[in-house]
Amino acid sequence: MTGEQTLQAMPEADLTLHRARIAEADRRMHRSGWRRRLPQRGHLVLMPLSIIVVMPFVWMILTSFMTDTEINTIPPPLWPRHLYTGGYSTVLASSDFPYWFLNSLIVSGAAVLAQLILCSLAGYAFARIQFRGSTVMLILVLATALIPIQLTVIPTFVIFHDIGLINTLGALILPQLTSALGIYLMYAFFQSFPRELEEAGRIDGCSRLQVFWKIVLPLAKPALAALGIITFIYAWNDLFWPLIAITSSHTFTVQVGLTTFQGEHITHWSAITAATTLTTVPVLLVFLIGQRRFIQAITGAVKG
Amino acid sequence: MATTLDEATIAREANRRIRRSNNITGWAFAGPSVIIVLGLSFIPMIWAAYLSLTDSNLVSPGHFIGFANYTALAKDPMLRQAFTNTLLLAVMYLPIGLAAGLAVAILLNRKIKLIGFYRTCFLVPFVASTAAEGILFGFIFDPNFGIVNAGLQAVGLPRQGFLQDPSQALAVLAIVYFWTQFGFNIVIYLAALQDIPQEVLEAASIDGAGRWAKFWHVTLPTVRPVTIFLLVWGLIDVFQFFDLVYTTTRGGPLNSTLTLVYYIWELAFNFFTAGYGAAVAYVLFFTSLIAIIAVLAYGRRRRITL
Repeated sequence: MTGEQTLQAMPEADLTLHRARIAEADRRMHRSGWRRRLPQRGHLVLMPLSIIVVMPFVWMILTSFMTDTEINTIPPPLWPRHLYTGGYSTVLASSDFPYWFLNSLIVSGAAVLAQLILCSLAGYAFARIQFRGSTVMLILVLATALIPIQLTVIPTFVIFHDIGLINTLGALILPQLTSALGIYLMYAFFQSFPRELEEAGRIDGCSRLQVFWKIVLPLAKPALAALGIITFIYAWNDLFWPLIAITSSHTFTVQVGLTTFQGEHITHWSAITAATTLTTVPVLLVFLIGQRRFIQAITGAVKG
Repeated sequence: MATTLDEATIAREANRRIRRSNNITGWAFAGPSVIIVLGLSFIPMIWAAYLSLTDSNLVSPGHFIGFANYTALAKDPMLRQAFTNTLLLAVMYLPIGLAAGLAVAILLNRKIKLIGFYRTCFLVPFVASTAAEGILFGFIFDPNFGIVNAGLQAVGLPRQGFLQDPSQALAVLAIVYFWTQFGFNIVIYLAALQDIPQEVLEAASIDGAGRWAKFWHVTLPTVRPVTIFLLVWGLIDVFQFFDLVYTTTRGGPLNSTLTLVYYIWELAFNFFTAGYGAAVAYVLFFTSLIAIIAVLAYGRRRRITL
């Protein structure tokens, strides 16, 4: 064994010390009883903890199928007696919820589509093309991540008000067309992307745009998927800006609508939990389908 | 005609062409994004600086009043309250949020079954909408019908006011906030832990390191850069605390949950004192910037770089 060979090259005293250490480490690793099963002991903490963490969502879905009298019994029941759908019909039939849902879909869909195109174009340019001002522009773009939205929101409202965008979906879509985070994600991805493929395309006489469209983008699908998921979740969940930019109910997004719905149905808990369920389900679906990419993107952005 | 071009001139000409075509394609690709990102951040930022020197009421530009807004905010008891509350939130959440995130990440960083299930569970509150979560917890902590008080009563403990009690509301929000964020801390810490080579830990064992020694001398130093990142991220996020306040307490009771961003929103879009709101926003901006720079400087002094 190689271990034995290196040991033999050492003086006798060191050798015994070394052997003792290895034996001790071996003993530690093979200690009998509960220590050996230690890895699986983690379940004792993780299982209850993870259940407590998702409990509010399970409870939300169960409650959305209960009647208000059921919900208000003390102690509250854990399981709905019948599958009551009155909460959902209140939400869908006698409120503007369908509008809000549709508006959110439009805004989030537009944001995803625009960011996939604009962020990947910009990220590619910053990673690959040496153009005048590219370094300065990249630094400036990344620096905007430090500017909090509270600082820009008042003038942005004034500007959008002056150009007539307030109270339109355009006011919500325009700021989401691209993002510093998205540009950074794509920039980091393209930097680690092999150059040879593009060069082959260039030699074959393709223009930059053709290389980008036909060679680079198809291979960037993992990064694009991650960007799309993050953009959708962010756009769907945003409350602060839509709350300010939109004032009429038919143009609300689902988050803003939810807060007004809560105010109007203050103790009508089966309807409120039905509304919160419908609000969270799209994001949870996107997350469950694409969580591997989502996790890769957020951890990759930190390490990169 | 003596138009023999030497090779150097041809090369220079070709280079110039490549550079020009690079400039054109580069700007064509990056231009739209750059214009939108910079236009929607630096222009409003400068405008906000001007607004903070006026008495603008949001719809009309207002008059130039010098630094009156800034002298007024130095004496504003509401601002002091909002400031204290935001700081308290950071103090209540950050240490526990990071420690708990690391602890769970260490539990997950083994050959353990169900790791995917656990990670999904912990991340769900982070990705779901904070507005919906605020509404949900408003009900869970409801003094009369909430499930928490029902539980307390069942085990013989006194019922609590929670979000309606000025002395408890902020702590309850910190707990809910912890719940929404700590999945993110877990995932980031877990990724850092997975980067520690198994050989390093084995080598430490051979050198006689116990579990605690390994934690102190191998694990903690490795996750230090990520801890700095999570601290900065957490500070930025706490300084933007809004959704949970808006959907639960609206700053009450007795301003006990008034946060800086909620106060700015109220000033500009409820009370229509946009000039003053912009001044408060600048104070928030510089405070958070100083806090972030302090954390990064500390990291640099300890030779921890991101």
